[in-house]
Amino acid sequence: MTIKLMQGNEAIGWGAIAAGCRFYAGYPITPSTEVAEILSRELPKVGGKFIQMEDEIASMAAIIGASVGGLKSMTATSGPGFSLMQENIGYAAMAEIPCVVVDVQRLGPSTGQPTAASQGDVMQARWGTHGDHPIIALAPTSVRQSFDLTVRAFELSEKYRTPVILLTDEIVGHMREPVELPDFATIHPAEYRVTKKDGEYIPFRNEPGDVPPLANFGVGYRYHITGLFHDPQGFSTQRLDEIDPWIERVNTKLEKHLDEIIGLEEDLQPGAKTAILSYGASARTARHAMKLARACGQKVDLVTLLTVWPFPEAQVEALGERVDRIVVPEMNLGQLAYEVERMVGRKKVRRITRANGEMVTPQMVLDAMEN
Amino acid sequence: MDDHILEAHGLELDEGQLPPENWFERSETLQKLRKNKKFPTIWCSGCGIGVVMGALIRAIDHLGLKNDDVALVAGIGCTARMPIYLDFNTLHTTHGRALAFATGLKIARPDMKVIAIMGDGDALAIGGNHFIHAARRNIGITALVVNNAIYGMTGGQYSPTTPLNGRATTAPYGNIEPPFPVCDLAVAAGASYVARSTVYHALELDKFLSEAIAKDGFSVVEAVSYCHTTYGRLNKLGTAADMMRALKDTSISQTAYNNLSPEAKAANTKIVRGNFVNIDRPQYTTAYGNLITRVQGGGK
Repeated sequence: MTIKLMQGNEAIGWGAIAAGCRFYAGYPITPSTEVAEILSRELPKVGGKFIQMEDEIASMAAIIGASVGGLKSMTATSGPGFSLMQENIGYAAMAEIPCVVVDVQRLGPSTGQPTAASQGDVMQARWGTHGDHPIIALAPTSVRQSFDLTVRAFELSEKYRTPVILLTDEIVGHMREPVELPDFATIHPAEYRVTKKDGEYIPFRNEPGDVPPLANFGVGYRYHITGLFHDPQGFSTQRLDEIDPWIERVNTKLEKHLDEIIGLEEDLQPGAKTAILSYGASARTARHAMKLARACGQKVDLVTLLTVWPFPEAQVEALGERVDRIVVPEMNLGQLAYEVERMVGRKKVRRITRANGEMVTPQMVLDAMEN
Repeated sequence: MDDHILEAHGLELDEGQLPPENWFERSETLQKLRKNKKFPTIWCSGCGIGVVMGALIRAIDHLGLKNDDVALVAGIGCTARMPIYLDFNTLHTTHGRALAFATGLKIARPDMKVIAIMGDGDALAIGGNHFIHAARRNIGITALVVNNAIYGMTGGQYSPTTPLNGRATTAPYGNIEPPFPVCDLAVAAGASYVARSTVYHALELDKFLSEAIAKDGFSVVEAVSYCHTTYGRLNKLGTAADMMRALKDTSISQTAYNNLSPEAKAANTKIVRGNFVNIDRPQYTTAYGNLITRVQGGGK
């Protein structure tokens, strides 16, 4: 494959095609729209389907419906649309329907600055819908990673029957870099669905740590799916002896597989007492600052989270034991830093926050390392 | 009948009164019901929604559809509980969004008969946007709207179809908002098939639902029902039987309506029952299938 100059959002579109995504529903919103434009052009070529829905609520509903029908499905949006999708993201978590939601973060709250970058949806990605639920969120830092993490988002979503948020941002989404994408024929997405009838099927069996496979509608298992608390057959229930095992299974199904779900890049230096920890576009600032610091002879660790949720608790805790100080640059008022502080204590964390649409600068990181 | 029930009523077992052996398995229509789960229904005794459910299974049976080839998608509310009792692929979704979920499912499985089951609040208030856009796209989904003119499950608040001046728990002084004419809305938005009947006219509902489900494009059947528990009580409309009977007196067939003088038509306040639209327009998933063929053939 040849090297191409490509935008992050475009790489997401290609990642979806490569991962076997065959349905996209969305509603235009800056700065995510390129994802929809590319998939409206490319999906029919591979027999996939694209639809522009009447709003983001409908888009989220449609991808869940198509997923139940057996198609790997995706939508893409930004802050205001992401807010509108939250109820149905909760539905997908509750009913355990795989789907991928791309959030190209822009400056908020509200309409904010549609063309300005932000990382202000970190907590919304985790807790935007009501109630306790598992969620996965991945954050790319480059165009190539936008492709790779999109492929990965589909894999994790199908395997663990959960919505996966691709938490990218306006900078990574609109940035152009030369990339060499892998040959799509070398990507072999695993099949986790039940695609033909064979024996008994229990759609929501509650074995601890279990992720029962999802049977596509129409294969011969006529079962019920609901957003209500449900028994192993899918029927709504108010019985605690059915609700409690469900809560236990679903809210621990990711915990038991963190080794596979957590992705992070570590560039550690023996003897370093300071670490810079970041994600998304801010990780690029962090890398720049690390290079400047090392060029001046400072020892510094660099940690980039590719998986933001579930939060890499063990890895950050270990980092806290290794260094005296963790600098966390991000384009919000400290949303991820809360999590880092939760693991290593407030005294070790230096927040570098910027929520005005501009990137954190390497100098801001270097200044924070000084004191 | 169970022995303890017979005993409690001082009755003796009369074999002649019992249904024949395997009566459930032998009835093809009843095979559309889920026998393992959830009866009795959550609906109040006397509710009209059960009549609509009966009409729906008779219509599906009449068309000879296999259970596996039918998907029922519902939102939230009394009506939206209907799929629980029926033995198809059933998807109970979020409030107002049944048609949006159904749109994704229909696109993924164009071969499947997808039926969205909604109440009036579900379909026309919170789901109003999806209703008009599904009709505009002419996607091959049947929208079954059970119109009982009230939010029943939450306790009788006024809905987009509550009659003017009708009382509801959130309209204690009478409703000042004019109601939506459901069928007119569907016609204006572009549905291929639009019909209305009432739960008093169950056989007419069977017929309309059969035609709607058989239709290739977006079809709408409004089943006018009632809620004696909330709306009936607040407006002193009597028992469920009284309200059921009233549907006979307050409705008029389309044929009879068409024979009225212009003045009588203008003065008509009765519910008109009939099939208002039955046209052929390109169906969405067929059009998209053609688009794929064209694009894969190298077309622009």
